[in-house]
Amino acid sequence: MATVDETMDTRSAQAARAAQAGRSQIAETVNAGLGRRYRSERRFRAYGVLAIVLALSMLATLFVTIISKGYTAFWQNSLNFEVALPADVIDPQGTRDPKVLASANYLGLVRDALQAQFPEVDSRQERRALFAMLSDSAPYDLQDAVLDNPGAIGGTIKVRVSLDDDFDMLAKGHINADLPQDQRRLTDVQVAWFQSLEQRGMVEAHFNTALFTNGDSRQAESAGILGAVVGSLFVVAVTLALSFPIGVATAVYLEEFAPKNRFTDLIEVNINNLAAVPSIVFGLLGLAVFLQFFGLPRSAPLVGGLVLTLMTLPTIIIASRAALKSVPPSIREAALGLGASKLQMILHHVLPLAMPGMLTGTIIGMAQALGESAPLLMIGMVAFVVDIPNGPLDPATVLPVQIFLWADSPERAFVERTSAAIMVLLAFLVFMNAAAVWLRKRFERRW
Amino acid sequence: MKTSPSAQTSIEIPPTAGFPLVSQGEGAKIAARDVNVFYGDKQALRNIALDIKPNEVTAFIGPSGCGKSTFLRCLNRMNDIIDGCRVTGSINLDEEDIYHRRIDVVQLRARIGMVFQKPNPFPKSIYENVAYGPRIHGLARNKTDLDEIVQTSLERAGLLGEVKDRMDQPGTGLSGGQQQRLCIARAIAVNPEVILMDEPCSALDPIATAKIEELIDELRQNYTIVIVTHSMQQAARVSQRTAFFHLGNLVECNDTEQIFTNPQHKLTQGYITGRFG
Ligand SMILES: Nc1ncnc2c1ncn2[C@@H]1O[C@H](COP(=O)(O)OP(=O)(O)OP(=O)(O)O)[C@@H](O)[C@H]1O
Ligand SMILES: [Mg+2]
Repeated sequence: MATVDETMDTRSAQAARAAQAGRSQIAETVNAGLGRRYRSERRFRAYGVLAIVLALSMLATLFVTIISKGYTAFWQNSLNFEVALPADVIDPQGTRDPKVLASANYLGLVRDALQAQFPEVDSRQERRALFAMLSDSAPYDLQDAVLDNPGAIGGTIKVRVSLDDDFDMLAKGHINADLPQDQRRLTDVQVAWFQSLEQRGMVEAHFNTALFTNGDSRQAESAGILGAVVGSLFVVAVTLALSFPIGVATAVYLEEFAPKNRFTDLIEVNINNLAAVPSIVFGLLGLAVFLQFFGLPRSAPLVGGLVLTLMTLPTIIIASRAALKSVPPSIREAALGLGASKLQMILHHVLPLAMPGMLTGTIIGMAQALGESAPLLMIGMVAFVVDIPNGPLDPATVLPVQIFLWADSPERAFVERTSAAIMVLLAFLVFMNAAAVWLRKRFERRW
Repeated sequence: MKTSPSAQTSIEIPPTAGFPLVSQGEGAKIAARDVNVFYGDKQALRNIALDIKPNEVTAFIGPSGCGKSTFLRCLNRMNDIIDGCRVTGSINLDEEDIYHRRIDVVQLRARIGMVFQKPNPFPKSIYENVAYGPRIHGLARNKTDLDEIVQTSLERAGLLGEVKDRMDQPGTGLSGGQQQRLCIARAIAVNPEVILMDEPCSALDPIATAKIEELIDELRQNYTIVIVTHSMQQAARVSQRTAFFHLGNLVECNDTEQIFTNPQHKLTQGYITGRFG
C-alpha cells in the first residue's frame, strides 16, 4: 500500500512540476508575443485615426468651398434712388385706377431716372450700356412701389430697384475692376458709372429675399429656389406617403407571414438587387410606365414621387426587415404564449420595437430621394419652370435638379446661387438626419 | 451530439414501460398518445404517451437535449411557430384533441399558459405586462375590473408587495427573480387551466427559487402545473408526479415519491443518483 501511495505521490509531484514548467513556458511565449500584439493594435488604431482625419478634412474642404463660394448669394445690391413720377405719364385721367397704374411705362421712368444721374450720356450706344445696369425686373420694382403708394404720383418716389447681376457681382468684388476691359463682362465706362453711383450712396446691399421667394429665372438677380423647394417638398411628400406604408407592409408580410419557399426567396433576392439598381434606370421605368403608359403629366412632382417611391422602397423594406428580425424572439413567444393572435403580437409588440429601425430606414430613404436628380431628369423635371407649383400635378423641378441647371449657367451670379442652393439642400438633409436621430431616441425611450 | 441514431434507438424502452397508465380521459387533464416530434428530418421525441392529472404538479426531468422543452411546447402548440417542426400523434386536453383542425390556437393558449426559461417581460410597464392578457381576451369589462385582475395576479405571484408603488415602471427594470414572478403573474392573469413552466428557476438565486416553489405549490390548488427542471431536489419538492425523459423517449412516469425512492428503470436510477446526465 505504502509503495503505491509513494509512487502516486511522486507521480503527482512530477505532474505538478511538469505543469509548473509548462506554465512558465506558456508565460514566456505569451510575453514574447505581447509586444507584437500591442504594436498591431496601435497600428490598427492609427489607421482608424488616419481614416477619420482624412474623411473630416474632405468634409471640411467641401463645406469651405461651398460656403466660401456661396455665402455672398445671401445678400444682394440694388439701386436706391429718386424716381420722378409725372402724373401725365402714369395716370393721365387722374382716376388712380390700379389697372391704369399698372399699365404705365415704368421702364421709361426708371431709365429716365438713371439717365438723370448721368446727364452727359446721350449717344444711343452709351445709353444702352448705361441701361444695362438695370435688371429686367427693375420696372416691376417701381410699379410695385407706385401701386403701394399712389399718393406719390405727380412728385418723386424713393425706390429700390434691382441691379443687373453683373453689376451686383462687381459690387461684391467677383468682377475685378482692375482687369483690362476685354477680360471682363463690363466695360470701363460701365465700371466708372457704377463706382460713381456707389460713391453717391445709391447702391444698397440688402438680404437677398428674391432667392427665397422666387422661382427660377433667366436673370440671375431674380432667380430663386422657392419653386424647387416646393417641388422637392411635393416629391418627398408623395414618396413618403407611398413608400412608408407600402415598405412597412411588405416587410411585415415577408418577415412575419410569408411562407419560406423558393418563391419568397426569389422575391428577397430581387428586392436586394433592386436596392443596387442605378437610380436612372428607375427614371427610365417611370418614363415608360407612368408617362407613356398611364399618360400622367410630364414634369409633375406626382410622377417624380412615384419614381422615387420605386427607388426608395428596397431601402425601406430591407431596413424594416432588419428591424423586425432584431426584435427578440422571446417577446414574440411571450405574446403568443399568452394567446395573442399573430396580428396582435405584431401590432402590439413587434412593430413598436421595430419602429425606430423602420423610421431610420425610411428617413435615410427620404434623404436619398431628396438628393436624387438623375431619375427626375428622365421624367422631365428638368424643365425651366418659373412658377411656384401649387400642387403635385403642376410642372415643377426639385432642388438637386435646380442646382444642376444653375451649375450649367456661365454667369458668376449663378455660381454663387448654385452654392447657396447646395447649402439649402444640405441644411434640409442635416435636418432630416437630425429628425431621424430624434425619432429613434424618442421611440427608444420607451425602454 | 456524438451519439449516432442507431445508438439512440438501441435503448429499448417500451413506450409505457413499468408504470401504470391511466386510461385515456379517465381523470387526466392532458393525455398524450403516440406523440412524435420532428425538427426537419431529425426526430426529437418518440412515441410519447403521458397523462397529466389536474391540480397536480407534474415534473419533467432528464438530461439536456432529451426533449423536455419540446414536449412541453407541444402542449400549447408553441411548436407551431418553429419552421420545420412537425408533431404527430394526439394530445387531448379535456378529451379534445388540441391538434384538431377545429381547435383555435389562440383559445388554446388562453387555456394553457406558459412561463419561459428566461424571464421575458414585455418592454412595457409592470401594470401593462399583467393587464395585456386579460385585455386581448376581453376578460375585464372595465378599468376597475382590470385593476382588480392585475392586483390579484400580482398578489398570487407574490410580487404585489414589491411593486405596488411602481406599477408604471418598466417590467424590464425588475430583478431577474421579480421578472420571472411578473411573468407568472402575467400567465395567471388570463386564468388558464394549465400552466407550463420551462425551467422557471434556472436563472434565479435560492431565495427567489424558494419563493417560486412556494408559489407553485399554492397555484396547484387551482391550476394544473407542468414544470421542466434540472434540479432533482426541486422536482422532489414541488411535484406530485415526475416524468423522466431520455434521448427523445419517455423512460418512466410515476408518482414523484416512487421515482425517487424506487425507480423502475435503471436509466432513471442512474440519472437521479447522478451517475450520468
Ligand atoms: N428549433 C429547433 N430546431 C431543431 N432542433 C431542435 C430545435 N429545438 C430543439 N431541437 C432539438 O431537439 C432535441 C430536444 O430539444 P429540447 O429543447 O426539447 O431539449 P431539452 O430537454 O429541453 O434540453 P434542455 O434541458 O437543455 O433545455 C435536441 O436534440 C435539440 O437539438
Ligand atoms: Mg429546455
